[in-house]
Amino acid sequence: MPSNPIQIYINQMISQYGMTYKEAEALAASLFSIDLKKPLLLQYFEFLKNLLRGDLGISFLSRGTKVTTIIKEFLPWTLFSVGVSLLISFTLGVILGMFIAYRRGSLIDVIVTSIASILSSIPNYLIGIMILVFVGVQWRLIPIETMRGSLSPGVKPGFTWTFIKDVFFHASMPILTYVMSTIGSWILTMKSSTLSTLGEDYVMVAKARGLKESRITFSYVGRNAILPLFTSLTISLGFIVGGSVLIESIFVYKGIGWILWSSINSRDYPVMQGVFLIITISVIMANFLADLLYSRLDPRIRISGGE
Amino acid sequence: MDKKVRKYKLYLGSLRDTFKLLKKNKVGFAGFIVLIFIILISFIGPYIVPFDTTSRLDKIYVKPSWEHPLGTDSQGRDVLSQIVHGGRDVLIVAFLTGLLSTFIAVSLGSLSAFIGGRFDSLVTSLADIVLTIPHFPLLSVLAAFIKLKSSFMIAFILALLSWPGLLRAVRAQVLSLKERDFIEAARALDLGIFHIVFSEILPNMMNYIVISFILSMTSAVYAQVGLILLGLVPLASHNWGVMINFAWTRGAIFYKNSVFYILSPIIAISLFQWSLVSFTRSLEEIFNPRLGQGV
Repeated sequence: MPSNPIQIYINQMISQYGMTYKEAEALAASLFSIDLKKPLLLQYFEFLKNLLRGDLGISFLSRGTKVTTIIKEFLPWTLFSVGVSLLISFTLGVILGMFIAYRRGSLIDVIVTSIASILSSIPNYLIGIMILVFVGVQWRLIPIETMRGSLSPGVKPGFTWTFIKDVFFHASMPILTYVMSTIGSWILTMKSSTLSTLGEDYVMVAKARGLKESRITFSYVGRNAILPLFTSLTISLGFIVGGSVLIESIFVYKGIGWILWSSINSRDYPVMQGVFLIITISVIMANFLADLLYSRLDPRIRISGGE
Repeated sequence: MDKKVRKYKLYLGSLRDTFKLLKKNKVGFAGFIVLIFIILISFIGPYIVPFDTTSRLDKIYVKPSWEHPLGTDSQGRDVLSQIVHGGRDVLIVAFLTGLLSTFIAVSLGSLSAFIGGRFDSLVTSLADIVLTIPHFPLLSVLAAFIKLKSSFMIAFILALLSWPGLLRAVRAQVLSLKERDFIEAARALDLGIFHIVFSEILPNMMNYIVISFILSMTSAVYAQVGLILLGLVPLASHNWGVMINFAWTRGAIFYKNSVFYILSPIIAISLFQWSLVSFTRSLEEIFNPRLGQGV
């Protein structure tokens, strides 16, 4: 797998245009603005220095395109599909988990719990392939060939119905995959969280006070049962964004994961570096946001903050 | 001699009790049976079922029959024999990864809790860094720089990424156990850190270690098969991941008759993952019987 793209470019120039090695090397150096004679550590510091100025370098493959331009083009699609799917799977999972916690031991509880535990243990890309095989090929429910990319050619971005419809059409299979692969663990955690909340004293007291069933369900049980799930939210965000490399490659959904995979395959090092950096930063940002949200929702967390 | 026999009987008795507890959780027991079944097929199966390498052009993507219980692939080779021969690699990498990462987590975690100070803060901040980096993108980028030739190499890289979760738990446990009387006594006797950690403290958190060992096997399967699927690992040997990669890159996914060829490795991997996860449910009940009654 490993190879040096600049060396390949230099060899290409020598064999195709009959340049001398020096000429080809100079051309490569000026084109990619890399000084090949510098030691690796110095090149790395150069990269860090440019990074501070928001400069991630230039793509090897599509010569002349800035890495930042590439990221700007592909990142929104991943943020969109991952965000929507997280919203759907979290909401559905919390509702279903609470529902079966109230009906524990019933047939519906057994069915939902077993499906949830199966779904949460299958790797998400295998779920994706199965969706592709059944929905797209075996049953032909949707024209899977036209779903490649993040937008149909000719559709202009804007606040129009055709644009919104097209965006959701292209993202639907990745979203379905993310939802199916994460909903199981939401259901299971919400179920056990609700069950442990139901045993708390304040729920007992609320019942003894004769409060309305719906009020107990939502403000006493539901509210407190959801809280621990916000910590899992941070972990699952990182996991979904990380898993987008596989899902986007399977569905050819052109987001940040797909561009990472294609830049790895073509040894486009600057793009690889930049995209990986952006994925890491977005995961850290997501963790940070979830922490903030958690401390807003659960006052007990704030005590150590010195308030 | 008599003592040995008694010890053996005691061991058998506790084994029987464990088995009884294992059977209590039905889903967990099913997972246990499936797990044993998969291990047997992957390690003994290859000696019974020959590896089918002859291509038969008249039998491409044949539907399941007595001759080919799972149908055939794009070259008319038997799919079942590929499934039987394709599990060993996946299982070995998962096992090695689990073993290595558990070893790193346990030794570093307990050492950092014991030594404390600068060493402790170094180890915990390293763990935090590894925890926040999204693993799969990092692995795929790494695969472009490092040749992941052998199973051991893959397991090693995977293990280097998967220790932090367990480390934190071990460290917290050791920090609390450290203050108990029996450890104080062991320290007063000057038994040495290694003795205290491995024979006094570890047995107390065996349950947690075993469960996270199994769970780290599942994440190793996820990462390993994912890397193979994307073609980032050299496809030298034959395993379930390579089968999925072939189905994907050779377009078998888009071919209507090839459904048995694609689904076979997918179901094999999913079954393995499911069996590991549900087996841990049974284990949780064995280690902590109070859990079973509540939920």
